[in-house]
Amino acid sequence: MNGRFTWFNTTSLTVGFVFLYLPILLLVLFSFNESRLVTVWAGFSTKWYVELFKDKAFLDAALVTFRVALLSATVATILGTLAAVVMVRAGRFKGRTLFSGMIYAPLVMPEVITGLSLLLLFVAMGVSRGFWTITLAHITFSMCYAAVVVSSRLVTFDTSLEEAATDLGCTPFQAFLKVTLPIMAPAIISAWLLSFTLSLDDLVIASFTSGPGATTLPMKIYSQVRLGVTPKINALSTILIGIVTIGVLVASYLTRRSEARRKVDELLAES
Amino acid sequence: MNISPAKKPSTKFLPWEDPKQEPLVRFGNVTKRFGSFTAIDNVSLDIYEKEFFALLGPSGCGKTTMMRMLAGFETPSEGTISLGDDDIGSVPPYKRPVNMMFQSYALFPHMSVEANVAFGLKQDKWPKNLIKERVEEMLSLVQLEQFAKRKPHQLSGGQRQRVALARSLAKKPKLLLLDEPLGALDKKLREQTQFELMDIQEKLGMTFVIVTHDQEEAMTVASRIAVMDHGKIIQVATPEVIYEYPNCRYVADFIGDVNVIEGRLNSRTDSGIKLSWAEGQNDISISNNTERSADENACFAIRPEKVHVTHEEPLDADNRIQGEIHDIAYTGNLSTYYVKLSNGIIFKAQESNRRRLANREFTWEDKVWLSWRNTAGILLD
Repeated sequence: MNGRFTWFNTTSLTVGFVFLYLPILLLVLFSFNESRLVTVWAGFSTKWYVELFKDKAFLDAALVTFRVALLSATVATILGTLAAVVMVRAGRFKGRTLFSGMIYAPLVMPEVITGLSLLLLFVAMGVSRGFWTITLAHITFSMCYAAVVVSSRLVTFDTSLEEAATDLGCTPFQAFLKVTLPIMAPAIISAWLLSFTLSLDDLVIASFTSGPGATTLPMKIYSQVRLGVTPKINALSTILIGIVTIGVLVASYLTRRSEARRKVDELLAES
Repeated sequence: MNISPAKKPSTKFLPWEDPKQEPLVRFGNVTKRFGSFTAIDNVSLDIYEKEFFALLGPSGCGKTTMMRMLAGFETPSEGTISLGDDDIGSVPPYKRPVNMMFQSYALFPHMSVEANVAFGLKQDKWPKNLIKERVEEMLSLVQLEQFAKRKPHQLSGGQRQRVALARSLAKKPKLLLLDEPLGALDKKLREQTQFELMDIQEKLGMTFVIVTHDQEEAMTVASRIAVMDHGKIIQVATPEVIYEYPNCRYVADFIGDVNVIEGRLNSRTDSGIKLSWAEGQNDISISNNTERSADENACFAIRPEKVHVTHEEPLDADNRIQGEIHDIAYTGNLSTYYVKLSNGIIFKAQESNRRRLANREFTWEDKVWLSWRNTAGILLD
């Protein structure tokens, strides 16, 4: 690999990164702005963060969001895992193609349509909208993502591990709990994290299915911005970016470390 | 690794010849179908206690299905499988006193070596101190005591294989199944492990059933071999009988190398029978299979190592044919001569290279004589 940093490579790299990160950088920068105006720099300050934590409406929205995300991610992961097990393991049963197609369909369904159809359903059923309807809606769409993540790992799972467990005295269910589940844990955790993130940043479906008293953070931010952007929003967004960044860094550090350790182990074992 | 040679039993171990012996495992007219495909076709087979029994055949012959039915992963479509006095045909795997060593080893990657070996014992609710004892005993049997705390991915292929063996032996099964146990090891390690397996089997006095497609492996370890093809058992016999007296061309061809000459049996003499096989060639005289009658089509089969190659006509030999060396395969210890006979047939003859290659007496296009004793070959259908 000669000339890794030719002017062409350097330029395209710079342009790409500027394109991606300039907006985010500006957002973070102006969250520390002294001024109320989001376009004029007037000195460093953390007062918007302090204000943010004094604003009860924002804190409530944050609480709702996290509760919805936790609950829906957990339920969606369980349902998605079960669906994945059926899709991968059940072999060819009648209607399998239809079933797996229907699992994947919501992935490409426009969010507006998913949201609208859920809204119509809730109205027809006479359910009062709020926390539970948002949670249900989020379970519905993130379950598909969870199923996809888990099933992609499950297809490479060596079924002789389960057979070995039953051979050694486990019933099929015990074999699933003691062998399959622990080995599948990384995939299940990433399915959960994906569902959690999807729920965290969903605006469209939440808007359709929420009711009075249950506002999520994205909804709150969106409604605030319509009245004009304040640096408080910047501060909130910066915190969210921070959380996501830390999460991604920790996850990749953990996987990389375990991968590296595994490689060293294998080298030692062969020598 | 010290390998103590497997001791020769003082009395011959031949339970299958003793009518008073009850078999440990009995397949009674077992058929297994997958949809419209018949994997096992009306097979009956007895396996005796303390046997090291090999199921041998090419891939797709049904040997793995036989083993999976013994383990309980498949149930026979028809017929019965009994273990001791129990019919186990439809007993699920977790209720059978049978354990299996998997081809992929199937070690649980999230557990240490120790936990892998203890898994089945914990499942059976053994008391803790007994589990500990048994695990130590098993690990010392396969010489892995110092690796007890390691995870499977921290072991080499050979070590993993031994963990898998220890795990499948831990529960003291009545029957141990080995599915291509040495397939993933390199040749040297495989040969060494074969002796270890035989040693362990003898030490524990357990019944082993091994599935393999490697004929040398089956010949080395097994007390008896069942050669399978297309869901049927073609021949069950000791390795010696399978090699020296195969009952058909398929077995002769599958185990080792063989020359086959088709011809017609003609005259009978006191010393055997003669096969005419080509115009202007001496008949082949055979003193085995004397029950065959004249005026029948037959195949004569002879192993290449039983055929001698000489420049001079060996006048005292029972059978001799002239030919021309067409090709020589040199494999270091052996040379296989591909000799073209007058009728175009290629006949293989094998000589061990006692002398250095530079001193070899034969070369390409030499006219040579092939000769063998009349007891060296056999007649097949």
